[in-house]
Amino acid sequence: MSGTRGGMGAQALLEIQKLSKLFGGLAALKEVSFSVQEREIVSLIGPNGAGKTTLFNCITNTNPPTSGSVRFLGEELTGLAPHKVARKGVARTFQHIRIFGRMSVLDNVRVGNDHLGRTGILSALLRPPWVRREEQDNTEKCMSVLSLFGERLLPRVNQYAHMLSYANRRRLEMARALVSEPKLLLLDEPTAGMNPRETQEVVDLIKLIRDRGHTVLVIEHKMKVVMTVSDRIVVLDHGEKIAEGTPSEIAKNEQVIQAYMGGGRGRAETH
Amino acid sequence: MIFEQLVNGLTQGAVYALLALGFTMIFGTLRMVTFAHGEVYMMGAYVGFEVIRLLSPNFFLALAAALAATAFLGIVIEILAFHFLRDAPHSTSLLVTIGVSILLVNAAQFLWGPETQSLPHALLDRMDYGEVELAGVYITYFQVLVMAVTVALMLGLYFLINKTRLGMVIRATAQDYEAAYAMGVNVNLVFMAAFAIGSMLGGVAGVLVGVYYNLFYPTMGGLYGLKAFSAAVVGGLASLPGAVVSGLLIGIVETFTVELGTSSLRHMVSFILMILILIFRPGGLFRGKELIRVRGD
Amino acid sequence: MGRQLRILIVNSPYLAILCVLLMVPELVKNPYLLQVMTFIGIYVILALSLNLLNGYLGLLSIGHAAFYGIGAYTSAKLVMEAGVAFPLGMLGAGAVSSLFGYLIAKPTLGLSGIYMTLATLGFNMVLFLVLQNWMSFTNGPLGIMNIPAPVILGWSVESRTDYYYLMLLLVVLTVFSMHRLINSRFGRALVAVRENELAAEAMGVHTTRYKVQAFVVSTFYAGVAGSFYAHFVKFISPDSFYINESFVLLAMLALGGQGNLIGPVVGAASLVLIPEVFRFLQEYRMFVYGGILIVMMLFRRQGILGGRDYSLRLPWFQEGPKVVYLRRDKFLPEEETPSGES
Repeated sequence: MSGTRGGMGAQALLEIQKLSKLFGGLAALKEVSFSVQEREIVSLIGPNGAGKTTLFNCITNTNPPTSGSVRFLGEELTGLAPHKVARKGVARTFQHIRIFGRMSVLDNVRVGNDHLGRTGILSALLRPPWVRREEQDNTEKCMSVLSLFGERLLPRVNQYAHMLSYANRRRLEMARALVSEPKLLLLDEPTAGMNPRETQEVVDLIKLIRDRGHTVLVIEHKMKVVMTVSDRIVVLDHGEKIAEGTPSEIAKNEQVIQAYMGGGRGRAETH
Repeated sequence: MIFEQLVNGLTQGAVYALLALGFTMIFGTLRMVTFAHGEVYMMGAYVGFEVIRLLSPNFFLALAAALAATAFLGIVIEILAFHFLRDAPHSTSLLVTIGVSILLVNAAQFLWGPETQSLPHALLDRMDYGEVELAGVYITYFQVLVMAVTVALMLGLYFLINKTRLGMVIRATAQDYEAAYAMGVNVNLVFMAAFAIGSMLGGVAGVLVGVYYNLFYPTMGGLYGLKAFSAAVVGGLASLPGAVVSGLLIGIVETFTVELGTSSLRHMVSFILMILILIFRPGGLFRGKELIRVRGD
Repeated sequence: MGRQLRILIVNSPYLAILCVLLMVPELVKNPYLLQVMTFIGIYVILALSLNLLNGYLGLLSIGHAAFYGIGAYTSAKLVMEAGVAFPLGMLGAGAVSSLFGYLIAKPTLGLSGIYMTLATLGFNMVLFLVLQNWMSFTNGPLGIMNIPAPVILGWSVESRTDYYYLMLLLVVLTVFSMHRLINSRFGRALVAVRENELAAEAMGVHTTRYKVQAFVVSTFYAGVAGSFYAHFVKFISPDSFYINESFVLLAMLALGGQGNLIGPVVGAASLVLIPEVFRFLQEYRMFVYGGILIVMMLFRRQGILGGRDYSLRLPWFQEGPKVVYLRRDKFLPEEETPSGES
C-alpha cells in the first residue's frame, strides 16, 4: 500500500520551492527547496540560527514567507491563514513550548480537534444528542492519543497544564498535534530537555506515528536521534540548504561537517 | 472668517497636541497606556485655578504650580501602576490607571464640588492683555498665550529629547529598556522622569484650557483624555511629531465642523478619525521606528 | 433513568442554593432588601457577560456599559413606542446589543490588544454622546420616563417580589447557559486563544471568528440586563451608561476574579452590598471602586476567586473517561517512576 519513498512519479506530500524569508534586510531563508514524500521521516538540521523554525513558520503561515511556494498535496499553502493550513492536515509543535497553561491537560488536547468539531454556539446551548456524542468521541480520541505516552499524562488529565514538568509539556504538545490525525506533522525539537531514555521514547513514538500513516518533518539538534530516526535529512545553514540525503550520505558530507564544526556557530549535541 | 476659525482651531489643536504629546511621551518610553492622563490634566487645571484664585492672578505662577503638582502626581502614578507591576501583564497596570483616574475625579468632586467653577472675571481681566489684530481678525491674548506656551514647550521638549543627556537616556530606554539597563541606565528613574514629563505636559494643557474657557469641572478630563488618545493613535502611538500634527489637525477639523453642523458633532471628529486610521493606516500617520505592531500581536 | 438521577445528585449543592434563593422573599420581608438583591442580580449578569470577554477570552474591554445602555434604550423604545410585548422587547434589546457588539468587534478584533481596548472605551464615549445629544430619539439628558413594568404572558410584574423572581429567572438562565457555553468547543476555543493565540491558530482554531462570536454572545447578555434595568427602575438616562459604569464592572471582576463563573458573582454581589452595608460609603462609592481596582491589582491581581476553577459538584458517581489504549507494548515499564516528573 505504501508508495516507494521518494519514488518516481509519486506526488510529494510537501513541496517547498525557493522559499525565502526576509526580516528587514536580513535573509533568514534563501530560496530553500526540497520535498517530503508520504510516510517519510525527514529531519531538518543545521546550526543555531540556520532558519529551521523560520521554515516551519513559513509552512504553517504563522510567519508567512517573503517569496516562494509551499505545496501540500498539490495545493498552495502560502497566503492561507494559519488555521486554514491546520485544517488541510498540517499540525505542529513549537520550539518554545506553547501549551494552554490554564486549561486541563485533556482540554489542551481537545483543542487540537477543534477544527474537526461542528458544535457551535446554538448547539452548545441546546445540547442535542449529537453534541453530547461529539464531545464523548472527542474525549475518547484524546484519551487514546494521551495513552501513547504511557502513564505520563493519563493520570494528569484534569490538571492544569502549567503544572506539568518540562518533558511532559513537550509530550502534551505532541498529543495535541496528533489528535486531529494530521497528514503532516511538524515537530520542532521534540526531545529538547529530555534525558536519553525519554528521548528514545520520542524516537519510538515518531516511528510509530509514521507506521500509522503520518508523515513527519522534524527539527532536531541531537545527532543520534537524527541518524536513527530519519529516512532523509535536509541541512540548512545561514538560511540556505547546503545538503540533502540519507543519513549515511549526510554523515560523510564535507560541507555539513564544516558547518557544524567550523565557525563555532553551535555544535550538534551528540547524545 | 476662515482665518478666524483657523486661529480658533489652532488654539484648540495646540491643547490637544500638548495632551497627546504627554501621552505619547509616556507610551513611547514605557510602552504602556495610562488612562489617568485626562485626570492629570484636570488636576493641573484645578491647581492653576486655585493659585490664581487664592494667590495671585499670575498666569505663569499658576503654570509653575501646575507643573510641580502634575510632575509629582505623575511620579506617584508611575510608582503605583508600573513600578511594582513590571512583570505583570499589561492589563493589570491599565486597570490600576483606571482606578487612579476614578480616584482623581472623585477627589476633585470632593474638594471642589461637582459643579462647574469659573474664575471671577475681575481676576481674569487682570491676566488679560487685550487683543491683537492680524489680517482683519482679532486674536485674543489668551489665544496667543496658548499657542506661544505650546510652541515653547514643544521646542523645549524637542531640545530635551534630542540635545540633552537625559533625552538620550530616555530615547535609549524607549528603544530597548533591557539594553539600556545593561548599559547602566537607571531604568526606573527614567520611567519616572518620562511619566513626570508627560504629566507636566498634561498639566500645562489643563491650565491653558481652564484659563482659556474659564470652565473647571471634575469630569473635564474624560472627554479631553479620550481625544488625547485618539490624537495619539492618529499620529502614531510612539511618535512625538505625530502627536503634534494630529492634535492640531483634530483641533482645526473640530472647529470647522461647528461651522458646518451641530456643535455636538464636533466631539465625534477625533473618534471618527481614530477609527479611520485604525482601519486604513493602523500605524498612524507617522509610522515611526519604535512602533508596536498594530495588526495582530 | 440512572443518568438523570446521577446528574441531579451531583448538582444538588447548586439546587440547594437555588431553593434558598427561591425562598428569599419569604424569609426576607423587607422590600428594600429585595430591591438590593434584584440589583445584585442585574450586576451579576453584567459582570458575567463582561467576564466572557475579559476573563475567558482574555481581552480588556472597558466600555461594556455601552451595550448595557443600548439594551435599556432599545427595550424601552420597543415597548413604549412600537407596542412590542415585554418578552420580545427584552429579546430585541439583546439582539440589538449584540448587533452593535458585532459591528464593533469585526473591525477591531484584528488589532492588537491596546488598540482594541481604546476602541471599546471610545465606543462607550461615543454612545454616551449620542444618547445625550440625539434629543429626538433618546430625549437627551432628560432621559426616558414612565417605562412600563414588564408584562409576561398576562403576568404583570409589579411588586418587589415579582421583580425579584423575574431577576432570579434571568440569573439562573444566564448562569446555566454560560456554563454550557464554557464547557463546549466554543468555551475551550476562547480559553485557548487567551492562553496562546498563536498556538490556537496553528491547531486550526479560527481565532477571529471565535472572538467575534464571544463579543456577540457577551453583548447579548448585557443588552438583556439593560432591558430588565429599564423596566425595573422605569427611568433611564445617559448618565447611567457613562464610562463610570464600565469601570464599576471592571472593579467587580477585579475584586471577585474572572475566568470562572463564581468570581464575577462574588464581585458583583460584594460591590453592590458594600455601599449598602456601610451606609456612610454611599457617597464615596466611586472611591471604593477606584481603590479596589488599585489594591486588588497590586496585591492579588487574579481577584479573590480568580485563577482557577471552582465547582460545587459532588464527586460521587463520577466516571472517568474510557481509555482505548493505542499500544500494548511495554517499553514504558509502569513500575518504574519516570524521571523528570514533578
